[in-house]
Amino acid sequence: MSDNSKDLATVTSPYSDHEYPAGLANVSDDKVTDPGIEPHRVRMTDKSKKHEKAAVRQVAALFFLSMFGSAFALYAYFAFPIDANLDTVRNNTLFLGLGITLGLFGIGIGAVHWAKTLMPDAEVSEERHLTRGSEAKRAAAIEILALANQESGFTRRKLIRRSLYGALALFPLPGIIIFGDLGPNPANSLRHTFWANGTKSKPLRLTKDPDGALIKASDVTEGSVYHVIPEGLTEDNPRYLEEKSKAAVLLVRVDPKDLNEAADRKGWSYDGIVAYSKICTHVGCPVALYEQETHHLLCPCHQSTFDLNNGCKVIFGPATRPLPQLPITVDKDGYLIAQSDFHEPVGPSFWDRAAKTNSNGIEG
Amino acid sequence: MTTTAPSRQKNGFLAGTANYVDERVGVAGILKEFGRKIFPDHWSFMLGEVALYSFLVLLLSGTFLTFFFQPAMTMVHYDGVYAPLKGAQMSVAYASSLDITFQVRGGLLMRQVHHWAALLFVAAAGLHMLRVFFTGAFRKPRELNWVVGFVLFVLGMAAGFTGYSLPDDLLSGNGLRIIDGMIKGVPFIGPWISSLLFGGEFPGDNIVARLYSLHIMLIPALILVFLAVHLFMLVIHKHTHYSGPGRKDTNVVGYPLMPVYVAKAGGFFFIVFGVIMLVATFFTINPIWNYGGYDPSPVSAGTQPDWYIGFLDGLLRLAPTGLEVMVGDNTLSMNILWPMIIGIGFLLVVAIYPFIENWVTGDKREHHVLDRPRNAPTRTAIGAAGVTMYAVMWAAASTDLIATNFRMSLNQVLQTMQISLFVLPIAAFIITKRVALSLQRKDREIVLHGRESGRIVRLPHGEYIEVHEQLDEFDRYKLVDFKDYKPTLARPNAAGKITLGARIRSGLSKFYFEDRIAPVTQTELNEAIHHAHELHDEVQKAIEN
Amino acid sequence: MAKRNVSGLRRSPLAAKIVIVAALLTVGGTYSAVTSALATQSSTAGYTQDQKDLGHKLFLANCASCHGKNAEGTANAPSLIGVGAASVDFQVSTGRMPGAASGPQLQVKPVQFTQAQIDAMAAYVSSLAPGPAVPDASATAPNGDVTKGGELFRINCAMCHNAAGAGGALTEGKYAPNLMHSSGKTIYEAMIVGPQNMPVFNDANITPAEKKDIITYLTYLQDHQSAGGNDLGNLGPVVEGLLIWLGALGLIVAITVWLGAKSN
Repeated sequence: MSDNSKDLATVTSPYSDHEYPAGLANVSDDKVTDPGIEPHRVRMTDKSKKHEKAAVRQVAALFFLSMFGSAFALYAYFAFPIDANLDTVRNNTLFLGLGITLGLFGIGIGAVHWAKTLMPDAEVSEERHLTRGSEAKRAAAIEILALANQESGFTRRKLIRRSLYGALALFPLPGIIIFGDLGPNPANSLRHTFWANGTKSKPLRLTKDPDGALIKASDVTEGSVYHVIPEGLTEDNPRYLEEKSKAAVLLVRVDPKDLNEAADRKGWSYDGIVAYSKICTHVGCPVALYEQETHHLLCPCHQSTFDLNNGCKVIFGPATRPLPQLPITVDKDGYLIAQSDFHEPVGPSFWDRAAKTNSNGIEG
Repeated sequence: MTTTAPSRQKNGFLAGTANYVDERVGVAGILKEFGRKIFPDHWSFMLGEVALYSFLVLLLSGTFLTFFFQPAMTMVHYDGVYAPLKGAQMSVAYASSLDITFQVRGGLLMRQVHHWAALLFVAAAGLHMLRVFFTGAFRKPRELNWVVGFVLFVLGMAAGFTGYSLPDDLLSGNGLRIIDGMIKGVPFIGPWISSLLFGGEFPGDNIVARLYSLHIMLIPALILVFLAVHLFMLVIHKHTHYSGPGRKDTNVVGYPLMPVYVAKAGGFFFIVFGVIMLVATFFTINPIWNYGGYDPSPVSAGTQPDWYIGFLDGLLRLAPTGLEVMVGDNTLSMNILWPMIIGIGFLLVVAIYPFIENWVTGDKREHHVLDRPRNAPTRTAIGAAGVTMYAVMWAAASTDLIATNFRMSLNQVLQTMQISLFVLPIAAFIITKRVALSLQRKDREIVLHGRESGRIVRLPHGEYIEVHEQLDEFDRYKLVDFKDYKPTLARPNAAGKITLGARIRSGLSKFYFEDRIAPVTQTELNEAIHHAHELHDEVQKAIEN
Repeated sequence: MAKRNVSGLRRSPLAAKIVIVAALLTVGGTYSAVTSALATQSSTAGYTQDQKDLGHKLFLANCASCHGKNAEGTANAPSLIGVGAASVDFQVSTGRMPGAASGPQLQVKPVQFTQAQIDAMAAYVSSLAPGPAVPDASATAPNGDVTKGGELFRINCAMCHNAAGAGGALTEGKYAPNLMHSSGKTIYEAMIVGPQNMPVFNDANITPAEKKDIITYLTYLQDHQSAGGNDLGNLGPVVEGLLIWLGALGLIVAITVWLGAKSN
């Protein structure tokens, strides 16, 4: 702060015991003089007995109103019981709430009205002390600190002090590592979905969410959309929600002429029927809104929009990557089946998403 | 015995109790110290109280809810009274939330009281922060208390978010899914943190119980601790007051704690509680029964967080397409990281603002008299820009609702918001600063020449003038009592060099104080009064003739 | 129309009889047409030739300018060949058709035709090529499984129409409408027709019984007020945030002003 020390105005403090710097402020010696606190205005309740009495009655009336409200709430608790009819819940909430509200407002408004009309309303000035202690106090405090330092040898005994720092730095670490078992190593869990359970000889069929009904290719007419989960993923599966979080799929048929497929994905659709992961590549909301005229998929959470005709590329919104495609075909009975798992991790991006193996060297 | 017994008999029960307590706790000393402490009275000084009282309501209603809520994610088949969910598979947490709603008398009321109080808690804290900011109440010696208050605001958001997720319904579950997605986007450690938080893969069966621990123990305890520190510092500093006659940095003008403030503040607690109860009585909040239990496949249109997390959700929506990049073999989700950086950065600037302003002004004095916002035009303009930016972020979280309710295109609304995020704060800054400066000019005008009375008088030599009414000295003092700063030049230090820090500081000082209106001086005022008297005499004569 | 005929034929005593017979035929015909139309699930049968003729006239007068003289479609509007009676009934009975000035999507407006006229147009359009028929009243009655309906609604509909049926946004100004005033018939027709950007939910995807479940669930929502008081349009946390800021905090600030003001 030496750079502008010349400019610093040092003012005689209004506080008696020391001076303090004003920094860069302009301190005018031609300030308008302070006329002091304005004179007290007398209220009607101070002037007239009648008004005072009225105010007393008003405050008491408000407190009585509160009593009535609370009593009504007690009554409402019993008078408006709830049963299977939703209107009873509504009435219970309404009348109980009204009673309590009245009970609270009566006390609150009454107390404030009391303070405003009947308690003294002349403003009082109280002296303020500087937050920092007086010079004498500060000197005494410093003396205590110095004495403590001297008696303990905190500054003097470097070995003790530094080893203490080391000990203090290390001691919280076990307290942090102990939380390690909050969750397992994510390892490859993000790379596979329930669809991986299918094999060449017994591929997984596509089924409707939630009842697990099988889907025939012929059922998927143009313009319709199916919300799909893998065959065998049922509510009684202990990992139902975790698996569904990754395996949920949208199934749509479009005119094969409109479908603009990448060369390496030519075989992933069946007669214009395509299956894409329903989990947004942004932060994982279900991208469930299908516009059948535009063939766009919209995520309702952050409005990422994917173009189904063009490999579900992002055409609007914060997502960057296309939705992963599930390669499908039909079996001999005409049911839709998955050829394999997704060829990339589904859902939101993570750091080593694109890596083929994870840090443990296990193949992904 | 001989000294206490008679006084008890003489003064009855009240004095007896007071005596009992004092002999064991020493309460007389405390009462003597604090009983007549002065608090200034102004409506804007009660906003922090609103937050405090909302917190008390949260503790009361929350305790009630804990008696019925079961934070378990074990799957059950619902067997309650709400027909559209009968037999549906859901977690115990969601089922018990439904039971509180439909099978406990007053249960739905308490749920609504709790949730509305939570929204009010953060809103009141936010409004309180705005009051503190715009009046400069964060200046020395209150910088640290500003930071404590800021921490309370953030803790309020954390308490709200952990509570929002507890019912384990579809809405909150998708909220958690978004959090999970954001965490996974953190470079290197994202998947690890997600696994630690959820106890494995999302959603797992631990998260509700874990959030519950945080929600009912850790976070409220932290709020209580910071609240104690906040109020302790308030007592040490004594409350600020607005500029006015007799209000100085060395005193505090107001009403004594007992009885006036006890009655007013005590009554106000009941009023705030009453308003929360009133809203909870008439308005549904978070109708969890509509959403169903959490299932990762469905989602509801209009999936949004509670308002105080809205700004982060809005930032997520505002990220333009294609921000995610590959760094070698690794994925860097800048579409998630930029919103986090901007959101957290915004909060950090709020947290450290008092120190920035203090560095620029170099002011080492204590400030207990508040600034009227117009008298600190640059600060007020910065605040307006910040509020505008926050408003755009929040509004961006409801692009879909804006689009449907005002029949606009979702895409255009979002694109407009993306531009607004940068343009509107700048516009708000410029406009606010101009308005503040012209208000200051108007104040000066009023002090020197009085208020326009609307009365036109013709002077003897034919000139028409409007009679101005002079302010009384008390009203006038309110308009002239403010502090004046002037921009500083960067000066060389002891070694004769102008450091970069000094340059930045002088640049900022210029930015803050280049446009300023000096307060009226006594000399100017005397001249003006003299002139006014002459004019007054002339007018008087004109009227008499 | 009928009235004008009456005044024209009043002079002849025979005329009165003819009028009565004609009137009876019209009313009876319309009645039987309506009932038979409701009884039809997936065929074009059940409409009388009179209806088809009337429908054709109405079509030429009101629809042909956009949809083409033979309903083959033009640059302005799609072909109606094969859309079925359900589509006509859905679009016209909700007032979406005849369409107003162009916009991102058709709006619900006051209905322009009587149900008999709508049925006639449906009869004409369904005679062009087979398509989804207007559902039977028993198929749309709200007496299915409400729990299952809720689950299906959340999986198949809530992402666009909101979990409480309050509606939501689609891209580029399009939106999914609020369902709280839609009849069971309209909901059913929307599912089988897939109007505009709404996907089609054919009977393999959502079976007729499941459609009934969904209608049952939506009817339940329509019939029950929120247990917690005013539902704020079921629009979610944003509206709640606005209410707490503008309503509750606004009220509290007003009270603080009263609290801080001096009593006189």
